[in-house]
Amino acid sequence: MAVLRWKSVNSIQEQNKEDFINMANLIVFAILAVVILGSAVMCVTTTRIMRAATFLLFVLFGVAGLYFLLDYTFLGAAQISIYAGGVTMIYIFAIQLVSKRTLQGLTERVKPGRFVSYALITLIGLVTVIGVFLKNKFIDMSAQMADVEVPMKTVGTALMGSEKYQYVLPFEFISVFLLACIIGGIVISRKE
Amino acid sequence: MFDFSLITTWFDSLLRDTLGLGDFLSILIECVLVGVIILAAYAIIAIVLIFMERKVCAYFQCRLGPMRVGFWGLLQVPADVLKMLIKEIFFVDKADKLLYMIAPFLVLIGSVGAFAFLPWNKGAAVLDFNVGIFLLTAISSIGVVGVFLAGWSSNNKYSLVSAMRGAVQMISYEMSLCLCLISAVVLTGTMQLSGIVEAQGDAFGWLIFKGHIPAIIALVVFLIAGNAEANRGPFDLPEAESELTAGYHTEYSGMGFGYFYLAEYLNLFIIAGVAATVFLGGWMPLHIGVAQVDTVLDYIPGFFWFCGKTFLLVWILLWIKWTYPRLRIDQILKLEWKYLMPLALLNLVLMTVVAALGLHF
Repeated sequence: MAVLRWKSVNSIQEQNKEDFINMANLIVFAILAVVILGSAVMCVTTTRIMRAATFLLFVLFGVAGLYFLLDYTFLGAAQISIYAGGVTMIYIFAIQLVSKRTLQGLTERVKPGRFVSYALITLIGLVTVIGVFLKNKFIDMSAQMADVEVPMKTVGTALMGSEKYQYVLPFEFISVFLLACIIGGIVISRKE
Repeated sequence: MFDFSLITTWFDSLLRDTLGLGDFLSILIECVLVGVIILAAYAIIAIVLIFMERKVCAYFQCRLGPMRVGFWGLLQVPADVLKMLIKEIFFVDKADKLLYMIAPFLVLIGSVGAFAFLPWNKGAAVLDFNVGIFLLTAISSIGVVGVFLAGWSSNNKYSLVSAMRGAVQMISYEMSLCLCLISAVVLTGTMQLSGIVEAQGDAFGWLIFKGHIPAIIALVVFLIAGNAEANRGPFDLPEAESELTAGYHTEYSGMGFGYFYLAEYLNLFIIAGVAATVFLGGWMPLHIGVAQVDTVLDYIPGFFWFCGKTFLLVWILLWIKWTYPRLRIDQILKLEWKYLMPLALLNLVLMTVVAALGLHF
């Protein structure tokens, strides 16, 4: 009898714990979503290009936060290192190379005639995303996944292995491609 | 060996069982407490480092340094901090005020984020992911954006020149910094900081003993690149005061400047701390293979080992700073791209060969 009662208490505690984790995940997700959406809207609506780059940085941080929430720390770290340390800095450098006068007071009004085409493009994009989302059943798949951190060894062997579902060929292809980009950049920037 | 997780588990059970708080409240209290402790430690270490810098620099130049405020000048830095806290914060005309406000915080986020990764003792690591080292370098790279935005939003040409220099220098030196850490990861086989420390527990198991030549090269390159990454020492030309007044933080006053100052000193500490953790064993005591001696050394808590190693490296970095003259920008970039990075790449190959053939101790 006592054992039975202890068990039931235990299972209630387990249930509470699971509820709590879901609850905490939901709260963190809501905070991240507000940060991402708010920064994204600010990024598009601001008229100063440097501010737009900064808000873009916050959007990218928020996305990295989502990866951490999903326990995929490797992708989160890659997101921070590549987008914060790399891409945003390259945007900022590119902005610096543009003449200051062309950037000041640069605004563009949306004409009503073009509004329809913008709306159409947005709609096509939305339909594509929803289609991919429904076809792949991401939510069902993620519900089946175990809620654990992916070990670094798994990620590493998947990236560098040559078996089925392993990615050494794309990896090498991208590295050669990046090398070609670097050489191209040097060729363009050379004076003679 | 003193295990800090005794204290954390005791505190956890105190909240959960003795006080009967639920999961939500106890985790919330623990998170807030850990955050407060990190920030407090951050500020206190900054004060210690600033005092150390002034005294060490003075003795290298045959001076006495601050002597008048308090015994042996001990109250000088708290007095400076107080002054900085009560200074007025002003804005520059026609500057982008939002970015001007955000920039010091971005620098601080990168620095505090990296600081939270340092393992202080056995069981006293705040952030300990399985991608630890990678995430550490990723978070510390946020600081570059902050430095650049600070210079840009100050609406001052000297600040902008300095910010450009700082960003170029920090991005460049990040390369060899990360390559050196990767060569350490190759040898230990893990990216988790606690795992790296655990891997150095054998007799003479610290990485510079275990990995001999490639590890020593990696440590030296790491310290040089780290010094440049923290904008210090002979590489402090973003703040070259003879050419650029005070660099990217010229237009900041009060705590705005204070944050940059804090971050600079803490970056120095983080570089030294990461070098101590990865190459000198972190909190792991020196084991020499004789059981009695090892037991005696184990009685010294890991906290003291970590701080001792870190402050030793800080002292070496200060020594370098006050010994060598400042480099020019082209010399700095040449040093990185023509010498340090190829050296780090070759060293990575060498380390991989050593690890693959089992040539280490």
